[in-house]
Amino acid sequence: MCTTCGCGQDEVRIEGVPDDRRHDAHRHADGTVHAHPHRHADDPDEAHTQAKEGGTHWHRLDDGTWHEHGHEHGHTHAGALIGGLGAVHAHGVPPSRIVAIERDILAKNNAFAGANRQLFADRGLFVLNLVSSPGSGKTTLLVRTIAALAGRVPVAVIEGDQQTTRDADRIRATGVPAVQINTGKGCHLDAHMVGDALAALPCGQGGLLFIENVGNLVCPAAFDLGEAHKVVILSVTEGEDKPLKYPDMFHAADLLLINKVDLTPYVDFDAAAAIGYARQVRPDLPAMRVSAATGEGLEAWIEWLLQGAAAATAARDQSVLALRRRVGELESELARRAPATSPA
Amino acid sequence: MAIAESVLEIVLATARGSAAARVSTVWLELGALSQVEVRALAFCFDAVTRGSVAEGAALEIVTLPGEAWCMPCGDRVALAKLGEPCPRCGSFQLQVLSGEEMRVKEIAIA
Repeated sequence: MCTTCGCGQDEVRIEGVPDDRRHDAHRHADGTVHAHPHRHADDPDEAHTQAKEGGTHWHRLDDGTWHEHGHEHGHTHAGALIGGLGAVHAHGVPPSRIVAIERDILAKNNAFAGANRQLFADRGLFVLNLVSSPGSGKTTLLVRTIAALAGRVPVAVIEGDQQTTRDADRIRATGVPAVQINTGKGCHLDAHMVGDALAALPCGQGGLLFIENVGNLVCPAAFDLGEAHKVVILSVTEGEDKPLKYPDMFHAADLLLINKVDLTPYVDFDAAAAIGYARQVRPDLPAMRVSAATGEGLEAWIEWLLQGAAAATAARDQSVLALRRRVGELESELARRAPATSPA
Repeated sequence: MAIAESVLEIVLATARGSAAARVSTVWLELGALSQVEVRALAFCFDAVTRGSVAEGAALEIVTLPGEAWCMPCGDRVALAKLGEPCPRCGSFQLQVLSGEEMRVKEIAIA
């Protein structure tokens, strides 16, 4: 979601095809699918006055403003609350009861992210979630990166934008497979969308998977997609204090790329200060200075990527080895326990 | 809106499990460092709950304080916002321990 703008999820498209399954069927993290009736949220703009039953604490008034109030305003309570964290009221009506839940609001997204993460591990993929403001140069950097990798490792890309397939088209023009997610009104990718996009992406064993998130320095910070790392990209045309103004994103990142350094002579940008600010919200954040236009600084970035890809493949190989060993042990155990059949 | 929808989904699942006719109150625990804009959430919550057993439910939000481990101090310190230094020694070498929670804590049903 958008925790701030209230964007909807009804218009997600994968490669131009409406992602209807999110309406009519649920794909659970364990792979099971079940159908349910289509439900629309009511139009949130319909006028509505305050004082609902039950002691609502947030009201929208007729003039459109929202205000918060507590129980001291005189409105009636239709139910009594016993226990819990709120005040206790008894009005001679059947009491409500409190049911404990203690569930993370993002648990569902995290479950899908976990499933994605497992799939990535099974395939030995090194997966990066590229996040930034719009226009920082994510796609250009990806195109340049693909060229610099020169086929040393397999690469695949998932692109996220509100509309158009322009970014996925640019990636595909390099010869690398790419799938475009269009979020419609949505302002970030979530793990469910990425899971669906993966199904459409010809992406095999090993190598790099880049997920280029919707250009947005706010909302994507909250949404785990199953990636190994969030890489935040900040260009020199954006202002060195961005990390302080958008702390959540820099706090969530594991690598900072300062892009467009070829423009440094023409802008008032202090890269050291920007990195310092980023490290205030995320201590010891690794940082690199690059130019997607000229190729400056790319060697360190490519080296970081190749090391990550190698580690992911090694981890998968270790798992496969361990699984094979275990299967061998179980087979021996079975053979040992099987009743001996005497030859006829 | 997706946050509000997730809250609703959790609330309705619990209400169904408890065979509730109505949800009158929903308590959320939101950490001081979490990424939720409370007013927007309240607005969206009102919108998504219409037509459900949680329609008209009160939304109570309990804010949990932020806490971090300050490496130079070698101790836990309060952290009001990301990007702020240790209130004791002024260092930014902080590891967030708590305050990023976003949880549906409990509901009142009838």
